[in-house]
Amino acid sequence: MNDASEQYYQARIPIYPRSVRGRFRSLKWGILALAYGVYFALPWLRWNREYGPEQAVMFDIPGRRFYLFDLVVYPQDIFWLAGFLMIAAVLLFLVTGVAGRVFCGYFCFQTLWTDVYMFIERVIQGERPARMRLDKQPWGVSKVLKKGATHASWLLVAFATGLTFTLYWADAGELVVQFFTGEAPFPAYATTLFLTTTTYMMAGLAREQVCTYMCPYARFQAVMFDRDTLIVSYDERRGEGTTGRAKAGGGLRTREARQAAGAGDCIDCGYCVQVCPTGIDIRDGLQYQCIHCALCIDACDNIMDRMGWPRGLIRYTSERALEGGKTRYLKSKTLGYSAALLIMTGLLIWSIATQAPLDATVMQVRQPLHVQLSDGSIQNSYEIRVNNKTQRPVELKVALDGPPDMTLDLGRVERIRLQPEHGTTLLARVRYQVPAGQSGPFDLTFRIVPQDTDEIPTLEMPAHFYVP
Amino acid sequence: MSKPSENKQGAVQTTGHAWDGDLQEYNNPLPRWWLWGFYATVVFAVVYWFLYPAWPIGGTFTKGFATVTYEVNGEERTTHWNTRALLMRDMQTSPAAVRQREFLEVIAEATYDDILRDPDKISFVRSYAHGVFGDFCATCHQAGGAGIIGLYPTLADDDWLWGGTVERIEESIREGRLGYMPPFRETFDAEQLRAVSAYVLDIAGYDGGDEDEIRRGEAIFNGTDGGCFQCHDTGGTGRISQGAPNLTNNIWQIVDVAGAASYEARLALVQSVVRNGVQREMPAFGERLSPTEIKVLAAYVHQLGGGQ
Repeated sequence: MNDASEQYYQARIPIYPRSVRGRFRSLKWGILALAYGVYFALPWLRWNREYGPEQAVMFDIPGRRFYLFDLVVYPQDIFWLAGFLMIAAVLLFLVTGVAGRVFCGYFCFQTLWTDVYMFIERVIQGERPARMRLDKQPWGVSKVLKKGATHASWLLVAFATGLTFTLYWADAGELVVQFFTGEAPFPAYATTLFLTTTTYMMAGLAREQVCTYMCPYARFQAVMFDRDTLIVSYDERRGEGTTGRAKAGGGLRTREARQAAGAGDCIDCGYCVQVCPTGIDIRDGLQYQCIHCALCIDACDNIMDRMGWPRGLIRYTSERALEGGKTRYLKSKTLGYSAALLIMTGLLIWSIATQAPLDATVMQVRQPLHVQLSDGSIQNSYEIRVNNKTQRPVELKVALDGPPDMTLDLGRVERIRLQPEHGTTLLARVRYQVPAGQSGPFDLTFRIVPQDTDEIPTLEMPAHFYVP
Repeated sequence: MSKPSENKQGAVQTTGHAWDGDLQEYNNPLPRWWLWGFYATVVFAVVYWFLYPAWPIGGTFTKGFATVTYEVNGEERTTHWNTRALLMRDMQTSPAAVRQREFLEVIAEATYDDILRDPDKISFVRSYAHGVFGDFCATCHQAGGAGIIGLYPTLADDDWLWGGTVERIEESIREGRLGYMPPFRETFDAEQLRAVSAYVLDIAGYDGGDEDEIRRGEAIFNGTDGGCFQCHDTGGTGRISQGAPNLTNNIWQIVDVAGAASYEARLALVQSVVRNGVQREMPAFGERLSPTEIKVLAAYVHQLGGGQ
């Protein structure tokens, strides 16, 4: 290896974000607290079920059941997930079109976890200047202690994150005990290790590089933005005046004096740049690195308050408003997305509300497809899989609709009683004395008739009867 | 390849060596993440050598320190790490294997009637027998017991050589069966052979035979001339103690009479069987399969379609 004097790629420029207080910071802390509360506490929430685990949210992969409070989702309902993801995507497009990268700035786990990591960093290493000093100073006991404590805390948060994720897939209490006694299943350890590593690397080491280099969203946001989209923006006309920004020194301390001198309201304090977690200068305009976290708004508002000038030199505004127009919210794009969103959400809710309590599939036995019996009739066999998705036992009868004289034989099985959340497979043999001159295939319908209940509708499943 | 990038000074960095006066080598350092990734794989490999089988040494190899423990005939055995042993262990101790074993014990305890009545038991039998039947039976009887005319009987229909009750099926699997029909080429002359075959076609429901010939055939079949009734019973209804098929239905196992084009062709097929006789054997599985496996197979075959 040659020395590092030759750089073919840009090394990361370290960013030391300064902390800030304000409306948006408080809102973000609130969202963070809510998100962490939900994520870390949800697996521990107990739930009263007659059948199934006592955990409110549990994704039981071996049992192929997904418990979400009072809803039990079966693999057959996987299209709900597709529906949910489509709704999420359209919601993202809608919100991005109206208010910019709201998801990035307030809800993305990369942003949330990075916030927590920066908080830890600040508590242990101090504010921005202290951290910069610490990085420059030679390695010594205090630096090792501070850096070590930071990374150890990060790893601890990362581990808690990874372990918590696994708790969604098994009984939380049991799994934690198993985990620390070395008896948990291998996937639990692998997942925890993987998520600990990625959390530590993404939130601790890579940070804004995830948003700028890895995340595709930053790159296609421009497609969703238009002139009415709310963006975090610097009011250049107000800030720069006619002669540009100027420090608040000399004769430029009051607004009136500045306006007379042609200087804008920006006193070039640099606070908005220092608080930026992605290390950009918002005054350079909209940039793809900007995650719209709005911390620069808080920073600038603080300065404006101190100067006694009106807030909003940096604010949520639209390109149209910056040019002196009025932001339009009710546009065909917004309305279209909203309509699509409403329809999709309605469909999903309707689909979940009318979840079939019973489902069944019929599979024809194909080896052999048909056999001749000693009385000359032809026999076809079908495997009928029935699942009881209700929370109580269901008793069933199987009946057959087909050509006259077609008979159904279930062997010696007379009583089909399905336990809650259980299924079984029946072998149905159908016999038919094919009338002379007729050739198949014949259509028939199996009817699964629940007994002693009016709530569960009869299932009808078509099938074919093949003859030689 | 793209043009070599240049540094700020406008010169491409080289390794500093020069050959033949001016021949130089560009220095293009690897991206750091790539390099560290490479070192990580080196470390991984070294750890791997210590844990798992790795280096060949003459006829043997380094076994590594990782081990797998599994059971062979109730005896614990520990070997170096290998996927075969892992599979063995998984087949014995994985949750799915344990559940299957528990259910097998339930089947072993249950009566046939109990198994055939209970949807859960019979569907377990069906899925378990898929494997056992596939390993031991489907080679001849084909998947789903479809059978092959001329070679192996169909198990999916309701016509049984040796009886279709679940107990008889179990016996067939455990003890095996020897099916034998003597050749009649020495016994019958051509006319007798034709007559008895015409009778067989007649009782199977085929028209087109000569009435006198059929009557003569009937006399041979049910009399001492042929003695066919001794196995096939008077009237040809079959006898399961002999494994002699019922000839009065349209299910044919040795020759495809139903598929033949004309009466003469059918007659020729039946004559060929009477002339040459039949000899078939199903091996006994009592030694090769456990009682539970035989039980599962008997119940499975019984429910295929024609169990009595």
